[in-house]
Amino acid sequence: MLYREAGDFKTSYAKDQALIPIRQDRTMLYICIAIALVLPFVASDYFLGSIAIPVLIMVIAAIGLNLLLGFCGQISLGSGAFMAAGAYMAYKFATAFPWMPMPVSIILAGIATALIGLAFGLPAVRIKGFYLAVATLAAQFFLLWLFTHVPWFVNYSISGVPTPPPTTVLGVYVTGADAPNWAKYLFVLAFCAGLTWVAYNLVRSRIGRTWMAIRDMDIAAELIGIRPLWTKLTAFAISSFYCGIAGALWSFCFINTVEPTAFDINRSFQILFMVIIGGLGSILGSYFGAIFITLFPILLNSAPAWFGLDIPGNIITNLEFMIFGAMIVFFLIAEPNGLARLWQLGKEKLRLWPFPH
Amino acid sequence: MEFFTDFFVGPIMEMVKAPEFLAEVAIAGLMSGVMYSLVGLGFVLIFKASGIFNFAQGIMVLFAALNFVGLMDSGVHPIIAFVATLVIMTLLAMAIEKLVLRHLVNQSQLILFMSTIGIAFFLEGFGELIWGGNVRPLHVGIPDDVIFIANGSILIQEADLFAGVTAAFLVTILALGFRYTAVGRALRAVADDHQAALSVGIPLNHIWIIVWAVAGFVALVAGIMWGTKLGVQFSISIVALKALPVLILGGFTSIPGAIIGGLIIGMGEKIAEVYWGALFGGAIEEWFAYIVALIFLLFRPQGLFGDKIIDRV
Repeated sequence: MLYREAGDFKTSYAKDQALIPIRQDRTMLYICIAIALVLPFVASDYFLGSIAIPVLIMVIAAIGLNLLLGFCGQISLGSGAFMAAGAYMAYKFATAFPWMPMPVSIILAGIATALIGLAFGLPAVRIKGFYLAVATLAAQFFLLWLFTHVPWFVNYSISGVPTPPPTTVLGVYVTGADAPNWAKYLFVLAFCAGLTWVAYNLVRSRIGRTWMAIRDMDIAAELIGIRPLWTKLTAFAISSFYCGIAGALWSFCFINTVEPTAFDINRSFQILFMVIIGGLGSILGSYFGAIFITLFPILLNSAPAWFGLDIPGNIITNLEFMIFGAMIVFFLIAEPNGLARLWQLGKEKLRLWPFPH
Repeated sequence: MEFFTDFFVGPIMEMVKAPEFLAEVAIAGLMSGVMYSLVGLGFVLIFKASGIFNFAQGIMVLFAALNFVGLMDSGVHPIIAFVATLVIMTLLAMAIEKLVLRHLVNQSQLILFMSTIGIAFFLEGFGELIWGGNVRPLHVGIPDDVIFIANGSILIQEADLFAGVTAAFLVTILALGFRYTAVGRALRAVADDHQAALSVGIPLNHIWIIVWAVAGFVALVAGIMWGTKLGVQFSISIVALKALPVLILGGFTSIPGAIIGGLIIGMGEKIAEVYWGALFGGAIEEWFAYIVALIFLLFRPQGLFGDKIIDRV
């Protein structure tokens, strides 16, 4: 009874086609947006800088991989490398055209990453499944090597790990060492919200539907006139676009250096886990997955201290590996649709509650 | 133009000028190729018998080696440690079958593949939780000298030679076992057709346990070889990832393919590194194998020796 669609009449086509047709869901969304906007005024600097910003950035990356894996059914183990591509491209754009507004540089970096993703997505035209996984592993190792061994990408900086230039939006620093955490948070939030909105609309548009058709049965999709080549390549391009933007934000707004180690193969696996645990084929699931995977290690690190236990850090790290591995297997067996499905089940329960049927 | 001379003429000239050095590089490459082959062998065994692409094979190498070296360091005789590790790997195979694979029958290959990534992470944490994350040197009496052939102009590591001989021995045993024993016949039957095998009374679950245990055995041998060479450490599992391009090259369903693919990749990347590496700024070993695999995927997705029927789009 708490959650219900009844009585929510749609009196125009526009209302019927609204992104979120149910009033209660809309209210929920407005509350979430309000909380997100109020957060910088109430939350501590540590929370904003070390929890909220990385979570929001990883949400973008997870949505990117989810579009590819969850909606189009093409696996990628190279998301970390595409994030790196975004970071280095954003650095090149920001230093080569200092007059350009930072958001434009980041979006251009995303587009450049999309082109790189296209190149590495080409094998997908002929192969699928884990064959593709190996092809994307090639992207992972080759791209990282490229960025560390070609000095042009770091403007011939001697250390090889340059610091992003400070830039402003509306007169406030949003990147660089001087940028306050609340400004960086709002900057990242704007990207995250915008890209989420785009993703929600993408997957219910023509292009998203062709992705899902290819995912569910490629031969049938081809028979009804969907071009597999075009469909898979758009999925790769758009997924890489998201990852690229996430990588640029990660470098510019979070770690404040452009370095390859932040984007190694473990990053790719981390994003893959977010998508699996959050829920394959669910945008909301990407949020759950990113929040869970980012916060869980922090929780695991601080939990023993609450109980007065003193567990060395390396044991915690190993435990983290074990728990993540076990959870991946558990979710694949028990709930392939991940946390998003649990959320849905929760809503079903609320609809009936307090009645049994 | 200068680049083309450097790329096409220079390295060839160097090779011609010093053929002994080329032979030495090639042999060193072949020997590291043997290591890739050993890991690839484990992949192929499991893939043939169950159609599962076992991402955890590399970690199984590390896990087996960690157990072996851990037991040895606590004073156990190498042979007993070897047998004990085999028992552990068999138990692991049974656990994986019971806890994971049994519940994922009839799922898509992609789901199975991702579940083995989960297994890989679990084993990585588990192994290091028990035995610690330090680099452990491993000495099991594998000869450790260098020998010179061809009038002392070519240098070979004895340990490499030993690894090569062991690998050849292992492959022979496996090939004979596949051909002449009842279990081997059952394995081949399952590899051909699950349902047909079931209908003539071959217990699928047992076969899966056996094949994972055999893969564990291969992993242990690979782990011992590698541990002797590099010390038992986490980076083994990253190097083991190179078995994936090896398989693309050799074909996922072919045991000879895994061996030859491993040798080609091992030798190719060493030669590329030594002669062309400087041209690209070094460390091209990291991605050479993957790019070769990528090119192969574009033009010959079934690999050199794989079955023609692969899931093409």
